[in-house]
Amino acid sequence: MKADPKGVLTGAHFLDGDHACCEGALAAGCRCAFGYPITPSTEVVERISRRFPMVGGVFLQMEDEIGSSIAIQGAAWGGKKVMTVSSGPGISLMMEHIGLAAMTETPCVFVNVQRGGPSTGLPTLTGQADMMQARWGSHGDYETIAICPNSPQECFDLAIDAFNLAEQYRIPVMFMMDESVGHMTERVVIPEADEIDIVERRYTKKPPSDDYELYALEDDNPFVPPMPPVGEGYRFHVTGLTHDDKGYPAMDAQTQQKLIRRIVDKIRLNADAIAKYEEYQTEDADIILVAYGITSRVVIRTMEMAREKGLKVGVFRPVIVWPFPETRLKELMDQTKAFVVAELNYGQVVLEVERLVAGRAKVVLAGHGGGDIHDPKEILRLVEEVAK
Amino acid sequence: MSRIEIKIGGFGGQGVIMAGMIIGRAASIYEGKDATLTQSFGPEARGGSCSGQVVVNTDRNLYPMVTHPDILVVMSQPAYLKFIPEVKSGGLILYESELVKPQNHSEGLTAYGIPATKFAEELGRKMVLNIIMVGFFTALSDVCSEESMRKAVENSVPRGTERLNLSAFNRGFSYGRDLVK
Repeated sequence: MKADPKGVLTGAHFLDGDHACCEGALAAGCRCAFGYPITPSTEVVERISRRFPMVGGVFLQMEDEIGSSIAIQGAAWGGKKVMTVSSGPGISLMMEHIGLAAMTETPCVFVNVQRGGPSTGLPTLTGQADMMQARWGSHGDYETIAICPNSPQECFDLAIDAFNLAEQYRIPVMFMMDESVGHMTERVVIPEADEIDIVERRYTKKPPSDDYELYALEDDNPFVPPMPPVGEGYRFHVTGLTHDDKGYPAMDAQTQQKLIRRIVDKIRLNADAIAKYEEYQTEDADIILVAYGITSRVVIRTMEMAREKGLKVGVFRPVIVWPFPETRLKELMDQTKAFVVAELNYGQVVLEVERLVAGRAKVVLAGHGGGDIHDPKEILRLVEEVAK
Repeated sequence: MSRIEIKIGGFGGQGVIMAGMIIGRAASIYEGKDATLTQSFGPEARGGSCSGQVVVNTDRNLYPMVTHPDILVVMSQPAYLKFIPEVKSGGLILYESELVKPQNHSEGLTAYGIPATKFAEELGRKMVLNIIMVGFFTALSDVCSEESMRKAVENSVPRGTERLNLSAFNRGFSYGRDLVK
């Protein structure tokens, strides 16, 4: 399926990441957004409020973040591709509903333009400290997909991926921008609509009936059930309680295990298919810098400086951080001596790298409290230490 | 030219970011270079200190931040004092001469001033101060051609204000050109 040309602003633009994210959502077919403005994500909803109505879409500024994160789910079950947009404090308020979306398998996109935290922290300054929250911030056992763009162009391109993955796996996708990328302006090339691949919602092929099973698997897809179209006679019940295939509460361990096993496995067992990463000069690297989002552009500078000094340094950049591209990391682990993980927090994604490496190579954190990005020279000093 | 770093500083509300936007758009859209505009501002809507940073590169611009500007454009004394130590040796300083009183620069820096506030008032709108600075910048730097910059002004300012803003651009441009004739 190709994009609807009505939502595609084909051409070369000079856009910031926030605006590009809105255009990516439109190109992906999102026509419904609810939100409550918060710096540094406000520009996303500002543009949405102007652009969505132009293409027959809806934007509603809600009373708060809690209203936003639940309203999108009603709209998703009503047949729309949906998103909400916020930053740390707002995303924290939405946590209960992210769990609800995971449990009810509601396709939706949560955009988090990360700023310094915890709490209200640094409204206008950058951070990358919500990565563990993106993974398991809501209670209970579930998996999400978290995508970290590093340029306005990627805020467009990867927003489309976010909606496609939300449909394909029926989960809340966390679109983890950061203030640096959100407020960075660069050329964004938007292709023709017929060059953009879109995953449409998969609907059940079974007719409406009293025995209709909301969560029954179809089409030989062992992980993700199709959804019912609304207005065609399907009667169903959607609940955050543990539910059976009919969608009704079933308060027993057997139903719980079957359901949770499936919603966890649909991501874990497809991690290789979902994985997206980039590498620079890893072929001969003794030390590999690992970074995502804005920091992935900083470590490339560190790599260049290290190479000038004769150090064999490469970069591994998970574009999709959750699920972590672990198969590729394990391959790299066998050919390198150390990983230096740079992130704008004091140790989140580094924990995953440590877990995977399990002592077979050195893993060092280049942490940073946020509010600014790393100085590439600081990371270089750490690399030189490690190289000794 | 491979990589040029530009920093624009002033008060919030002066159009600092818009000035950066115009330079970036001219470079990236009309000249096919890689340009990255980043900004730094506080929580205030107006009055706080504000800066825009543009990196223009003929290659892919991977590291997006300005560390040592080749060109500093300043529209307030605090911005001038804050950013002057960062400027690269041999760098260019462009300042609004009614708002910025330059002090002794280190050797190797070239500085030019323009009474842009006065010119903006003569044009009837104080708000076009930033566009006068953009015209001045165009005349005294070789980051982008006059034509690209003019197109970028036209396509960046609010609809209906193109004529006013182009006059502001011309005013800054000709003042700058006359300084180095």
